[in-house]
Amino acid sequence: MKVIVGQGSCGIAAGANKVFGEFEKLINEKQLNVSLEKTGCIGTCYLEPMVDIVDDMGKKTTYVSINPEQVIELVEKHLEGNTLVSDYMISDEDSDILGKQKRIALRNCGVINPESIDEYIEAGGYEATKKVLTQMSQAEVIDEMKISGLRGRGGAGFPTWFKWDAANKSPGDEKYMICNADEGDPGAFMDRSVLEGDPHSVLEGMIIGGYAIGAKEGILYVRAEYPLAIIRLEKAIEQAKDKGFLGNNILGTNFNFDMRIKAGAGAFVCGEETALIASLEGERGMPRLKPPFPAQKGYWQKPSNINNVETFGNITWIINNGGAAYAAMGTEKSKGTKVFALTGKIKKGGLVEIPMGLTLREVIYDIGGGIKDEKAFKAVQMGGPSGGCIPAELIDTTVDYESLTKTGAIMGSGGMVVMDETTCMVDMARYFLDFTRKESCGKCNYCRIGTKRMLEILERITEGQGKEGDIELLEELATKIKDGSMCALGQTAPNPVLTTLKYFRNEYEDHIYNKKCTAKSCKSLLTFTIDETTCTGCTLCARKCPVNAITGEVKKLHKIDQELCIKCGKCESSCKFKAILID
Amino acid sequence: MCEKNNCACNSSDSPVFDFSKLDPVMDKYKKTPGSLITILQKAQDIYGYLPKEVMNYISQETGVKPSKIYGVVTFYTQFRLEPIGKNLIMLCQGTACHVNGAKMIEESICEELGVQEGETTEDGLFTLNNVACLGCCSLSPVMMINGETYGKLTKDSVKKILKEVRNAEKSGEVK
Repeated sequence: MKVIVGQGSCGIAAGANKVFGEFEKLINEKQLNVSLEKTGCIGTCYLEPMVDIVDDMGKKTTYVSINPEQVIELVEKHLEGNTLVSDYMISDEDSDILGKQKRIALRNCGVINPESIDEYIEAGGYEATKKVLTQMSQAEVIDEMKISGLRGRGGAGFPTWFKWDAANKSPGDEKYMICNADEGDPGAFMDRSVLEGDPHSVLEGMIIGGYAIGAKEGILYVRAEYPLAIIRLEKAIEQAKDKGFLGNNILGTNFNFDMRIKAGAGAFVCGEETALIASLEGERGMPRLKPPFPAQKGYWQKPSNINNVETFGNITWIINNGGAAYAAMGTEKSKGTKVFALTGKIKKGGLVEIPMGLTLREVIYDIGGGIKDEKAFKAVQMGGPSGGCIPAELIDTTVDYESLTKTGAIMGSGGMVVMDETTCMVDMARYFLDFTRKESCGKCNYCRIGTKRMLEILERITEGQGKEGDIELLEELATKIKDGSMCALGQTAPNPVLTTLKYFRNEYEDHIYNKKCTAKSCKSLLTFTIDETTCTGCTLCARKCPVNAITGEVKKLHKIDQELCIKCGKCESSCKFKAILID
Repeated sequence: MCEKNNCACNSSDSPVFDFSKLDPVMDKYKKTPGSLITILQKAQDIYGYLPKEVMNYISQETGVKPSKIYGVVTFYTQFRLEPIGKNLIMLCQGTACHVNGAKMIEESICEELGVQEGETTEDGLFTLNNVACLGCCSLSPVMMINGETYGKLTKDSVKKILKEVRNAEKSGEVK
């Protein structure tokens, strides 16, 4: 028998290490003939920590939300007694969610042990490398990518074959294959899961890409905030070297390819190709004008190609199954699948991989289970700080590059943050502008100063100081920042403001003219009062109030002095009778 | 630097740094072009932050001008010019955490520790830093203390966690 514990970052955060440790202890104590293994993230993060028990016939039972105290029960009943513990088993509804997906980039995540190259090979790994190196020419590999219709999964959606072709045709012996694993969108973790759950698939994608463009070296630029991904990649590189998939004369051919990891140091702008290259060279990560494109002059002025983690994760599948099979999925212009990090006010948040062309409704309701706490769906944010908010009335938009761009949002790298009636859209715009303002590299005036000015206006509005003309000024600044910025960070920074203005203009107007926040999220615009009928005069709120704004005698109605009230909400959270009204 | 309350060193003069700790890093990287960020990351791992003295030493060894090193250090959010407390709290400010109440968690931490974002407690036990995104969005709101992630935080649970860390520190001192 085999016990497998899901140990991606989210599983570990939910307590998977303790569960693993408990199994280890009990299996040793009881001297059971059971092997204990780890795997990456299967995607249903809301069910973590997850444990799979596979019996000798290969039948798998999945247990969810397991804590260390429950481990003993699983050991005694399932491992020793051979009876299933139905209380902790995954529900049919939850296992159906996985069935609705099409897993290509995530095919091995949560299935194999990411630290074992043997398991990866057993799952068909490195077959594509063999096929490419021994049977295919560079042009044939690039052609296969062209047939597949694969577009860059980092956000911009540029055809992968086109970039490979350009780097291939660029003259020079020294070329570089670079993996952009600097996943910067706050609210997205697709790349982290792939790197943690299936590092070899990324390496293999890079080896194949390296062969296609004629590179001898691959570099992985990984976010420093992803320590576990770095550890697993280091192990994977070592194992691939030992097995002869990296190094000189790979698989007996004359193809040489090596790989190394470079940890990023925390700068969102380094997701931009030229900034990433500057950072690799040890400089401040500031973008430069294109052309020349990295395919002509990249890392150390040599032809370089940069793809994102998920893009690389698709390569081996395309080689093994053919570009046509990949292109059979999706829509006319958006082929294959896309991984999304479904988060926010969603019941069943996690990582999902779907064929292009599903509607947002299918993703949010059929896979994500709908909105938490039965609240009303308001909008979904896609594309992070470069993207926008898609309102409820457009929930039947299909997930493909063109349709999403039409709404004002973008496909982006895969962040999908769901918002309900309690999310204030002006505050969301403020949140993203605060982010881009901090992350602007400072090179272009409009981006550096413009985002700051926009943020100041948005802060004023959310603090109840909005005034006539603010909306128009925001619109004017937005247009100028778009026009006056050199790289995509600046050019897209106003998108969160523009989309919320487009779909939720009334919320801005409510804030500015009526001094009201309908989502009841902007504190300065709220008024706290005490309900005459439900207040029992228990005095608790008066004692909790940090500024003594609440007065009243015992067992008599209390009152809040609006002049003194700082709107901290302590009265509301302490009141046991729900007598504090917020408007 | 030493007059500041949050400085970890006991001396009122310029602190002395043992540069020999950097030797293995220098031997490995100083001749490889483009390694400045890696060297700075390793140096910060050793000293906990990047004091001026260390940056000057790196400059001497690598030949990169101090002004350029300072430029790189101040560009990336990972690098610190000030020492930090014993326990670094990284509070996630990602979109999912924001939507699920990261601001409220921040208020709760500030209340418990009596510091603002970016500051260190007087006893030198905690430093609170906001970070962009820890990538554990499904567990939002999330924070990380010394590399360990805590998810699904509430106003109360975060206070409880901080108390536990503080108690563990105290009982450690008794030993």
